[in-house]
Amino acid sequence: MTTMNQPRKNLAVKTQLRPSVVAKQALPWVVPITLLIVWQWASSAGILPSRFLPSPRAVVSSFIDLSISGELWMHVRVSTLRALSGFVVGGGVGLLLGLLTASMHWAEVLLDTTIQMVRNIPPLALIPLVILWFGIDESAKLFLVALGVVFPVYINTFHGIRSVDRGLLEMGRTYGLSGWALYREIILPGALPSILVGVRFSLGLMWVILIVAETISARSGIGYMTMNAREFMQTDVMVVGILLYAILGKLADLLAKGLERYWLRWNPAYQTAR
Amino acid sequence: MTVSFSSREVAVEQARCSRGVFVGIKNVSIAFGERTVLESFDIEISAGEFVAIVGRSGCGKSTLLRSVAGLETPQSGTITLGEVAASGSNGKPDVRVMFQDSRLLPWRRILPNVMLGLEPGLIPQARKVLAQVGLAERANDWPATLSGGQRQRVALARALVHDPNLLLLDEPLGSLDALTRIEMQQLIEDVWRSRGFTAMLVTHDVAEAISLADRVILIEGGRVALDEVVNIPRPRTRGSARFAALEERILGRVLQRRPVVENQW
Repeated sequence: MTTMNQPRKNLAVKTQLRPSVVAKQALPWVVPITLLIVWQWASSAGILPSRFLPSPRAVVSSFIDLSISGELWMHVRVSTLRALSGFVVGGGVGLLLGLLTASMHWAEVLLDTTIQMVRNIPPLALIPLVILWFGIDESAKLFLVALGVVFPVYINTFHGIRSVDRGLLEMGRTYGLSGWALYREIILPGALPSILVGVRFSLGLMWVILIVAETISARSGIGYMTMNAREFMQTDVMVVGILLYAILGKLADLLAKGLERYWLRWNPAYQTAR
Repeated sequence: MTVSFSSREVAVEQARCSRGVFVGIKNVSIAFGERTVLESFDIEISAGEFVAIVGRSGCGKSTLLRSVAGLETPQSGTITLGEVAASGSNGKPDVRVMFQDSRLLPWRRILPNVMLGLEPGLIPQARKVLAQVGLAERANDWPATLSGGQRQRVALARALVHDPNLLLLDEPLGSLDALTRIEMQQLIEDVWRSRGFTAMLVTHDVAEAISLADRVILIEGGRVALDEVVNIPRPRTRGSARFAALEERILGRVLQRRPVVENQW
């Protein structure tokens, strides 16, 4: 009985496979596309005034206009550069601080309390002070992004290093590893999964802080473009700016995921195809 | 298992004297807080000897091994390792440990794991040892894809590539299934016979101790309770009468304490 049933079952699975795969890939897009259609319909029917929200078609055409004129890319470049430089500075400081406090007891005693206190201040609460200190030029934005990014990286680096397998450390020492070699072979790779969690978290935070910083005080960047559009009631440009943040955020996340998949390819938990 | 050592019998005797190193443990006491683990403990292990240390859980056998490895510091007493005359390694003996878990680095492939702490120029040597433990074709795999027994063989290869003078085995086969254990025991015995290092094996499996060791030492209450030379010619078969008799005697001695306590009721 069972041997007879087996091939039949397989056949059934195979014939059902195709539609189910297509449905699986299409399913996540059903809601956004429906929303888009409803939105377009509401705009063209006059229910949704363009003063309030532009039609999708208007958004697309203003996107095309802005990219042809090159204005869009200038703003995107400026914003991305700010975000990344803030991330590099803040992430680097967080990584170094985490390495230091997790490895040296005296550093933990000396610094951890201070870091935990500063961590609980929302970076955006510092905006008035930051404007006072740096004005509204680049360093203000860099400072805010870096400050926001430091702590997720710091905490996860600290935690990652503290949770490195003691057995592996002991083994490494019996094989004569110490100092930098011990870090390179065991401590850093062991802490990497945790550090990457911090990096992913930071990348999300990086955009949030930059958006606010650019909206409040800037002369270029996506946030500036959006705020400027508000003054001229260009709702379509405002929506383009908002969508750009969504896309850039998603790109940053994809980058972090790619890093995870490459650096943690030894880990069965990250080997799943998708 | 496809492990073969050509002209093994010829090489054995010379190798034994050249590689192995003397181990002297004298008056060693170790305590963790209030609890004394070893108390003025004495044993001597001659160069090239294979000694098995058995005892109940928590009797201090692992602590003894770890202190020989330098992973624990005794409160008092001395542990001396003999000088190495033959090799050019500035007279300091090379000591390697094999733990109960393989402790391979999960983020390094098999060959780099074997190469840990070695110069990159020694890749051919590492490949050779990997072939000796029967895993040459897994050199580029991740440790996560290997079975428990295979991982322990890689750990053995990692220790052997340093050509140790003293190999410390801390229940290395404890977590393996029965068949893999027997395979690994044969592998360890073969390697020991061909290379002639001194070996200390901690185990709670008396049969394993008898089949591998020249001498079985039972630790009880932090002291040597039994020091028995195994006079059974190699290769040893577990079914033989002498084997069984010795196993019975040592097991009886290990379990001796319990009936005494029960008699009081």
